[in-house]
Amino acid sequence: MNMLAHPEARDSTPIIEFRDADYRLPNGQALLRQLNLAVNQGETLVLLGRSGAGKTTALKLINRLLEPSAGEVRVEGRTTLEWDPIALRRHIGYVIQETGLFPHYTVEENVALVPRLENWARALIRERPRELLAMVGLDPAFFLGRYPHELSGGQRQRVGVARALAGDPPILLMDEPFGALDPLTRAEIRGEFQALQQRLRKTIVIVTHDTNEALLLATRIALMEAGELKGVYSPQGFLHSDEPVAAAYAAQLRALEGFERGNRRE
Amino acid sequence: MPRSCEHSKDSKGATDVSEFLSQHGSEILNATIEHMWLVGATMLLAIAIGVPLGILVARKPWLSNPILGTANVAETIPSLALLGFLLAVPWLGARADRLTITALTLYALLPIIRNTATGISGVDPAVREAARGMGMTGRQILFRVELPLSISTILAGVRVATVLTIGIATIAAAVGAGGLGEFIFRGLAMVNNSLILAGAVPAALLALIADLILGLLERRLRPAR
Repeated sequence: MNMLAHPEARDSTPIIEFRDADYRLPNGQALLRQLNLAVNQGETLVLLGRSGAGKTTALKLINRLLEPSAGEVRVEGRTTLEWDPIALRRHIGYVIQETGLFPHYTVEENVALVPRLENWARALIRERPRELLAMVGLDPAFFLGRYPHELSGGQRQRVGVARALAGDPPILLMDEPFGALDPLTRAEIRGEFQALQQRLRKTIVIVTHDTNEALLLATRIALMEAGELKGVYSPQGFLHSDEPVAAAYAAQLRALEGFERGNRRE
Repeated sequence: MPRSCEHSKDSKGATDVSEFLSQHGSEILNATIEHMWLVGATMLLAIAIGVPLGILVARKPWLSNPILGTANVAETIPSLALLGFLLAVPWLGARADRLTITALTLYALLPIIRNTATGISGVDPAVREAARGMGMTGRQILFRVELPLSISTILAGVRVATVLTIGIATIAAAVGAGGLGEFIFRGLAMVNNSLILAGAVPAALLALIADLILGLLERRLRPAR
């Protein structure tokens, strides 16, 4: 386990902390068991695992879309139950796979939603969507007045990120943010996101089942399997771990590399 | 009530129609206005009750059976019988329009409740989750997301209910609430087709116009997908 993989992580107190967090469905089925995990200021933690591993459940515990059945989740030192849920969620940007853009709002209205809910000054509410669209690589003049159904999947995803950043939240949660995209668009947006990440220095938690994505974006990787945390690794440490599940992921990557090398030899 | 003996036979020619209209025109107009008032009041009441109930059904699925079931039963009671039952209820039975509007509202509720529930439950779960995740309150989600996104479905229910109500409201004349049913009942009693048509044609026209206007509104408000 490599808690010190990232230099910034060393002296900072955790922004998000799971303490023995359980989540059980009303019928008793456990989706998450005894999760202990800390996310540090400014890092990008990737929750990696297959479907049903409990990644999304863990993510939703952070912005209190779900409440832990046992244990607690702390955000900036306070448990999520101590936070006012609305204040907590306004404090945290949230991007989901299908983006959840409001189909009856234009791109501008979608992005300006949180500033409007927060009663920002009118000039700022006007300014913010323009600034953010430019930041995610969409021409404001062209896109502000569009509706989500007029956009491509990649454009929608960019708007989703812009919307999540609108209130300038210090924390960003992303659930399979690039999952619905074709591989090329995916790689493109992922690259742009990396640049954005460097610039914004937010604390980011990303859920994905894509090992490449995890290795590229993560400062640390939290590996989950069947509702349990298997380990936390630096991207390098992850590739060389003996933990069976991590090793399986690494082996799958090496198989792909072998395939590439094999092709090159032909 | 002017007894129009000269029209007790079927009037076929155009002159007969114009003569009939000149004699009964203002009476028909008054009855039409009366009819519209009964239907309008009913629809306002039915929307005020039906939309919140529909939202409740969408929110609490376990309430779906009791609420929709009750509305369904109301729908199955023959309208004449329902008016009869309600006549016996103290405050309601005291005035004909009160009684009629109550009965009509019971009929109009089902399509409105059902379509509201369908519309709200049909909102994309990702949209709702995003709304919650962004820190919108339940109220904000309802008024800014769920209702705008289901408005065309709700209006479709209102449209069905309005057309239904315009038809059933003709029965109101049986308890003396007036409306276009007056002509139909009178025509039936006197075996006079002209009088029946004088009630039926404006009622049908009203239904068609209401259907058209609400249909246009429904299409206008449907969110693009």
